[in-house]
Amino acid sequence: MYSASDLRKGLKIQIEDEPYVVVDFQFSKPGKGQALYRCKLKNMITGVIISPTYRSGDTFHPADLEERRMQYLYNQEDEFWFMDVETYEQSMLTIDQVGDAKNLMTDNLEVDILFFGDRPIGITLPNFVDLKVARADPWVKGDSVAGDTKPITLETGYVLRVPPFIEEGEKITVDTRTGEYVTRVKA
Amino acid sequence: MIRAIRAFFLDRGYLEVDTPHLLPTLAPEVHIQAIVADGGFLQTSPEVCMKRLLAADYGKIFQICRAFRKDERGDLHLPEFSLLEWYHTHADYTGLMSDCEALLLHLAHGLNLGDTLCYRGRDIALKGPWERLSVEAAFHRYAPMSAKTALEANCFDEVLVRDIEPRLGVKTPTILYDYPAPLAALARLKPENQDLAERFELYVGGVELANGFSELIDPAEQRHRFQRELEKMRKSGMKPYPMPEKFLSVLAHMPETAGIALGVDRLAMVLFGADKIDDVVAFTPQEL
Repeated sequence: MYSASDLRKGLKIQIEDEPYVVVDFQFSKPGKGQALYRCKLKNMITGVIISPTYRSGDTFHPADLEERRMQYLYNQEDEFWFMDVETYEQSMLTIDQVGDAKNLMTDNLEVDILFFGDRPIGITLPNFVDLKVARADPWVKGDSVAGDTKPITLETGYVLRVPPFIEEGEKITVDTRTGEYVTRVKA
Repeated sequence: MIRAIRAFFLDRGYLEVDTPHLLPTLAPEVHIQAIVADGGFLQTSPEVCMKRLLAADYGKIFQICRAFRKDERGDLHLPEFSLLEWYHTHADYTGLMSDCEALLLHLAHGLNLGDTLCYRGRDIALKGPWERLSVEAAFHRYAPMSAKTALEANCFDEVLVRDIEPRLGVKTPTILYDYPAPLAALARLKPENQDLAERFELYVGGVELANGFSELIDPAEQRHRFQRELEKMRKSGMKPYPMPEKFLSVLAHMPETAGIALGVDRLAMVLFGADKIDDVVAFTPQEL
């Protein structure tokens, strides 16, 4: 159990059977009045933000959250399927729950799936993934200045900007937190 | 700033006093929690000791000291902070309001800040007259309900913090005065209206700086209010303090007095444009 004085940014609590993360938090206490904890809480399933005010003495259950290492299998329209690497159990996330991660996932990639109780609710990719360049215009030596970039298309269909020397068929490393190019993978 | 505060009071004939910080008991107030230390408590304010000096015929006294309040931490709160308290006998809370006006102007001039403070994007004119707003009028103007209704619905503090405080002290400092009687543990009730206490808070730029009142000097009434606060402490699961008997025994000797506590760290915030109390102290608890 958490008490109101445990509230801080990032704390994950359970309200009416839903997990919430504290995204903003302000302690106030009018003169001679009681301590008030004004929060902004984000529902970790729906993304809806609520702004409750708590008093000292209020208590909260920690959200029952667990991350499991799973392998990305395939997607069928808007359903993305994953398999637990230990138990081989399969779980599904919707396209909305996967979000931008779908741009950087290839089959068999190992990812962390966040569960609320038995319910899969989110995904975290490894910080860096290597992906193949599916389409890139060739680099013409001398026709670019330093610092220039060009757009390329990855095997997942994701388009991003890379230095001009990257060529079709090569592999590059992408930072999944920013979606940006990091380096060329040496063959 | 501290030097200018001292000069202000010394020039006006106040005596600077220094009272113990570690005390065997405190004036009970249900919403202020003390830090327990060596069988006693760290003071949550120097009020009780300073009033005992007033009862011993010291007429005008001030103190700049540390006060400690458990579990108070936020943009405007530190569990250890600096308080300025001053008291003068044969005065009431209206005298303190004038003191506040003179003190802030004195500090702004002494620190070469001019007559106007720029705080949180607002220009706040220090040269009087300041806005004076009763609690009832503030609720009427800014809140969706009256102060009485809010009190009955047990949401007075919530409404005050959400709807009223951000609008106080934005053009000039604001004096919010005449609090409902149940919200004053140590203040005198208004002679003509026993539902209100002669208590006020000073706000600058939405920040509450000071709490002052005409002191209650009736020992029987004071004991009754302490009992009420101790009962509330018991009900909310806190260990009640011992009754401050020595204080009660001398209270009858205290003449009519006005007294006020002003947060020195917050004063530095509004004078020097800091958003957080962290910005005006050498170290926060998190940095120790």
